[in-house]
Amino acid sequence: MTAKRKFSWTPYLFILPHLIFFGVFIVWPFINGLLISLQQYDFLRPEQNKFIGLQNYVDLFVPGTLTFNEFWDSLKNTLIFVLISVPPLVIISLLLAVLLNIKIPGRNVFRAIYFAPWVLSVAVVGLLWWWIFQSSGGLINYYLKDLGIATPRWLSTLPWAWISILVATLWWTIGFNMIILLAALQDIPDQLYEAASLDGATPLQTFFQVTLPMLRPVLLFVVTITIIASFNLFGQPFIMTGGGPAQANGTNATTPVMYRIYIQGFVRPLQGSAAAMSFVVAAIMIVISYFNFKIFRQREND
Amino acid sequence: MAVTTTRSERSDTAVATREIEQTRVVRKVLRYVPIYLLMVFISAIIVLPLLWMLSTSLKPKSQWFTQTIEWVPRTLTLENYQKLFSNPATPIGNWFLNSVLIALGTTALVLAVDSLAAYAYARMEFRGRNFLFGLMLLTLFLPRMMFLVPNFLTIATLHLLNNWAGVMLPALAGVFGVFFLRQFFESIPKELEEAASLDGANKFQTFYMVVLPLAKPALATLGILTFLGSWNDFLWPLLILRDPKLQTLPPGLRTLQGAYSSEYGLMLAGAVIVAVPVLLIYIALQRYIVQSVASTGLKG
Repeated sequence: MTAKRKFSWTPYLFILPHLIFFGVFIVWPFINGLLISLQQYDFLRPEQNKFIGLQNYVDLFVPGTLTFNEFWDSLKNTLIFVLISVPPLVIISLLLAVLLNIKIPGRNVFRAIYFAPWVLSVAVVGLLWWWIFQSSGGLINYYLKDLGIATPRWLSTLPWAWISILVATLWWTIGFNMIILLAALQDIPDQLYEAASLDGATPLQTFFQVTLPMLRPVLLFVVTITIIASFNLFGQPFIMTGGGPAQANGTNATTPVMYRIYIQGFVRPLQGSAAAMSFVVAAIMIVISYFNFKIFRQREND
Repeated sequence: MAVTTTRSERSDTAVATREIEQTRVVRKVLRYVPIYLLMVFISAIIVLPLLWMLSTSLKPKSQWFTQTIEWVPRTLTLENYQKLFSNPATPIGNWFLNSVLIALGTTALVLAVDSLAAYAYARMEFRGRNFLFGLMLLTLFLPRMMFLVPNFLTIATLHLLNNWAGVMLPALAGVFGVFFLRQFFESIPKELEEAASLDGANKFQTFYMVVLPLAKPALATLGILTFLGSWNDFLWPLLILRDPKLQTLPPGLRTLQGAYSSEYGLMLAGAVIVAVPVLLIYIALQRYIVQSVASTGLKG
């Protein structure tokens, strides 16, 4: 007998169902998306579709066109949201995880409460906070009025529209990072803390010299998925602000790039242009993730 | 003499230890107070918005806007819910049923398709295995929005617009479940499967009768996460199901927002109907769901 096995169809039968769907809905759309991005494409008027080479990409990089303005403006909006949301999403969830890591009775109940909003749909979260941030009748402005503080029009003026979206997002997703960081905290061996306390370290010193270094790999993971999640922002502004308020230059202040792709592909619909935008955004996201990993790796080697 | 000294010393120490212990407990409890206060305060931030949603949905129209805040409705009423269910333009009963069937269907299909594939990737040698596995891994890094336009066009070409299959089938392409189950299958001792095959079971019988029952915890985890994801999905069903009767709940809420532009109580009643089932599932399976997320998160 040789080590060579007889060919068998069995493994292929096992993977076949998944492979078909993987091919149709992940591999093919990737290829098809590239092809569409090279065309002037509208699925409602297929007779007008035509190959236009790299024009859809050129439009994204030649200043002055409407597409250029809208695309880069929406990308700027996405970056604003990434910048304002990632630090609190990571830092507050880490603080909550540290709080829940204190071994006191009942902490599992609090853990369950803090995580609860994560199981809701963005449609519920958006609608809920849209109601709370209403200028009149909204919960927030009731209390601000009671305190004698000026009541802003939260959802239709800046910077309040971003703050509303940020608050809704924090409330909704903070529990996810918290749970992952809490699990990582609980994996840190007790001996390390004992050693630190024998050395007379203060709690703050222990946190920065024991806890944080031990958390680094998980923190990298959390920062990366949080950046990606914030980059994918869509539902909250879609429901809460409608992408507004409108700006003087014709763009919308809280329309992130995913919302722009949605408008381009399904409202206008310029699907070739939307596909081109998707590929540029995907490239940017991959580059960001790559550098994120590199920065953390480098620090680890220092 | 020596014995009595020891005895009295012992009881002295016992009393002393008890006293120290008691003060320690008291101190511990006192130290807990600010921590509990903080924890309760954060809980309020999480829970109060939900209660405010529930409260508004139970108020009659005249009390949605009041001079001062009213957490507890002056008049409790179900009229918002009744209106919602009786308006044929917003068939929320249909949406509910559609959501249940689509989420259950997606979950069952994902479990079947992913577990079969995961078992092959975990236990079988075949040509192209590493290539396919690497390809699947690569696609994890691609943003979901990239697939939106081309997948919509595929669904349109297959004439699956306004069809539940159009909502469910793309979920079967996901690679997360395959990776997750494969990892679990690899942790099952091989001997069990070898014993089954010595008994004459073929690969599928071994998989179905030996491996799957052992994988129940992993299947439950994937099942819960898939169900939640499908129940909550907003954008994809919004694009695929244009016929209001076929819609699911989350995009249905969007329809409510358009249909009742300032009827806040009605919209929030709708939001309550979408939120309550998942919150009940969450309360029942809380420990399990939290652990699922923690484990999937750590394994990345």
